[in-house]
Amino acid sequence: MPRVLRSARLLGVGVLGVTLLGGCVANDPAASHTALTVDSSATDCAVSANEAPAGSIRFTVTNSGDQVTEFYLLADDGLRIVGEAENIGPGLSRDLVVQLDAGSYFTACKPGMTGDGVGKAEFTATKTDAAAAVDVDLAAQIDTANSDYASYVSDQIGQLVTGTDSFAAAYRNGDDDTARGLYASTRVHWERVETIAESFGDLDPKLDLREADLEQGQEWTGWHAIEKDLWPAEAEAGFEAYSTEKRAALTQQLVADTATLHTKVQGVSFTLSQQTNGAIGLLDEVATGKVTGEEETWSHTDLWDFQANVDGARVLYDGVRSILLQTDADLAASLDTEFASLQALLDVQRVGDGFTLYSALTPAEIRALADQVNALGEPLNQLTAALVL
Amino acid sequence: MAGSERAESTDLVATARGLSRRGLLGLAGASVAGIGLGVAGDRAALAASATPEAASASAVYPFYGRHQAGIVTPAQDRLHFAAFDVSAGTTRAQLIELLQEWTVASAAMTAGQEIGEYGAISGPYDAPPEDSGEAQGLPTAGLTITFGFGPSLFETADGVDRFGLARRRPADLTPLPHFPGDDLDVGKSDGDLCIQACSNDPQVAVHAIRNLSRIAFGRAALRWSQLGFGRTSSTSTSQATPRNLFGFKDGTANIKAEEPDVVTDQVWVSASDGPAWLAGGSYLVARRIRMTIETWDRSILSEQEAVFGRTKGAGAPLSGGTEFSEPDFALAGRADQPLIGAAAHVRLAHPAQNNGTKLLRRGYNFVDGNDELGRLKAGLFFISFQRSPAQFTSVQLNLARHDALNEYIRHVGSALFAVPAGTLDGGYVGAPLFA
Repeated sequence: MPRVLRSARLLGVGVLGVTLLGGCVANDPAASHTALTVDSSATDCAVSANEAPAGSIRFTVTNSGDQVTEFYLLADDGLRIVGEAENIGPGLSRDLVVQLDAGSYFTACKPGMTGDGVGKAEFTATKTDAAAAVDVDLAAQIDTANSDYASYVSDQIGQLVTGTDSFAAAYRNGDDDTARGLYASTRVHWERVETIAESFGDLDPKLDLREADLEQGQEWTGWHAIEKDLWPAEAEAGFEAYSTEKRAALTQQLVADTATLHTKVQGVSFTLSQQTNGAIGLLDEVATGKVTGEEETWSHTDLWDFQANVDGARVLYDGVRSILLQTDADLAASLDTEFASLQALLDVQRVGDGFTLYSALTPAEIRALADQVNALGEPLNQLTAALVL
Repeated sequence: MAGSERAESTDLVATARGLSRRGLLGLAGASVAGIGLGVAGDRAALAASATPEAASASAVYPFYGRHQAGIVTPAQDRLHFAAFDVSAGTTRAQLIELLQEWTVASAAMTAGQEIGEYGAISGPYDAPPEDSGEAQGLPTAGLTITFGFGPSLFETADGVDRFGLARRRPADLTPLPHFPGDDLDVGKSDGDLCIQACSNDPQVAVHAIRNLSRIAFGRAALRWSQLGFGRTSSTSTSQATPRNLFGFKDGTANIKAEEPDVVTDQVWVSASDGPAWLAGGSYLVARRIRMTIETWDRSILSEQEAVFGRTKGAGAPLSGGTEFSEPDFALAGRADQPLIGAAAHVRLAHPAQNNGTKLLRRGYNFVDGNDELGRLKAGLFFISFQRSPAQFTSVQLNLARHDALNEYIRHVGSALFAVPAGTLDGGYVGAPLFA
């Protein structure tokens, strides 16, 4: 469970997604980039040079006006956006890093964020030997990846709704054995798309708040409130089992909130960077909550969540893997290897349909899982840059 | 030893007169004057050069004064903070004696002198040295030593009044509430007494805590302690704003010593606040905040800046300007969303969002090795001074509920102390409490 929302990560970075449309080149970490400056004033958009070698180019945009400004790099039709830096406050600077194929472009600034902008000028990326463009229609692949992922999210939340109904009924009726059996396997559908679920700010704390995250006097609802009642032997001394009325209220709320979530995820769409950063977000959930055993304090079913987060990250990666193979095959190979290694460690802990309880793991096993999460995390970090820039 | 330093030492001795010092080898009280004059290492004498490094090394802050040093003092680079529990069986008289001995030793150390009659190397050859000696040859390095009293000193959790202080307990001195997300280690929280030692040299700060702990043996024992490297706040306009371990400038809008009205209004307990013994003092909040820096390092730059609401480089608010520009919380960017988001740290912590409440922050970065998962045990040891604990509680509640930074931090230790006013000539720290 998240301590706060990851909405900034998920929803605040969408603009990066469009830059891929400018066309990618092979990602060579050793390649140097050309550094240019842009002075965005009230009336002009002065770029320090009107041409640069094709490849990595960094525009450092400084807002010398007194309004919020934006900088655009446009394709040769003067309309299609190849790259942009937005929300630059007065006096601030921001970098835009793009990979440009040789060709003609336009630069422009938009102080005040309205109108046609100012200082529109031609910009040329000159041919170099090093920068060979990848000659494929990536845009179509990205569209496919995006819509596939939206379907996946919708499907998982759909299964969550069904599972929650069964779980809630068993718990409400006092069939605790059945409820305990359904607890982890139902939550899997939540954990697979956790970063999406979290982006709906008000729902996440209602559904997935840990007891430690409550403030004094706050009402506790959701999965973990029920978890504690289902595994009372793990609770603190003096813990009182919930009344029938409380069980009814908790389940009613859980079912209703899950239904609301289901409604909200219909029709969502994702940019490429939202997908890649969503994968990183899921792995971070593993690193901060699951590998430490803090998520499932009473049931100790953390490895179910662990696997589900990894499932979700894997789906996100698989969705963009065919694109990555064309832009950075080495990174794809590295990610394939690290995902497989992590899965192998998890597979060792499989017991029947589920996993070893976290409380039964040895410190060495936990350490190995944590190390492998980091090993996967580093190449995963490079995914956004490799795909989007 | 230069004459001017000797004169300073003499002043110090005068202020210490009248106190009983801890006896060693039956010499108790025989020569209080020895504290400053007889010892070999008068480190204040090592000062003098024009470079900033040397200036920070040679800085000397008087221990005696109206307010305790180490609060509005320009934040030094290093910290050693220690919380003590008074030992079972210690009497009120023994507690007072401990505070007296701590006062004498602290006055000596902050003046760059060794403690005891004979210091580190000049004592009887057949006795352990009084001063542990690792600060020999080091400059004073701006050492300050600041004392505080925890709620449990006045009354234990189960209501025992060990020292006849329960009636004098400030109404505000109650343990801090549980904040959302708190994951506190009881063994690294709270305490009967605290000592904050700050210096520009780590060994000078450690030397202070080590020797004060030693003096306390039998009467009070260390409960927990914390080393800090790298101040994370400026408490003077003469200081540049430092960076926390997230790589951001921290404490830009901190209370500065050069704002006496703000300090009076927000930091010092006034006589009308009550109780009278605490007038001129303050409240110290300590929070051990673990940072999950491995996760942070995997977050994208735009999220990092959105979380803080400032640029990572210059530290300017995202609404524009430079580091010290006032944030414009209303200024909107794309899609009419404010440039400084609703959950941005700078917004939630800003006085404008907290009924004008300010805290004097004086925190330090720490890295205490690594945990069993191979992650650096890194974080911020947050210290703030305020006129009332309610100032911290209201700001922290706002942060704990909404701060985007919560994704990357966890509060794992917490303590509150009442910090008495400064010690005057011939007195001892906290004397008005026992009067």
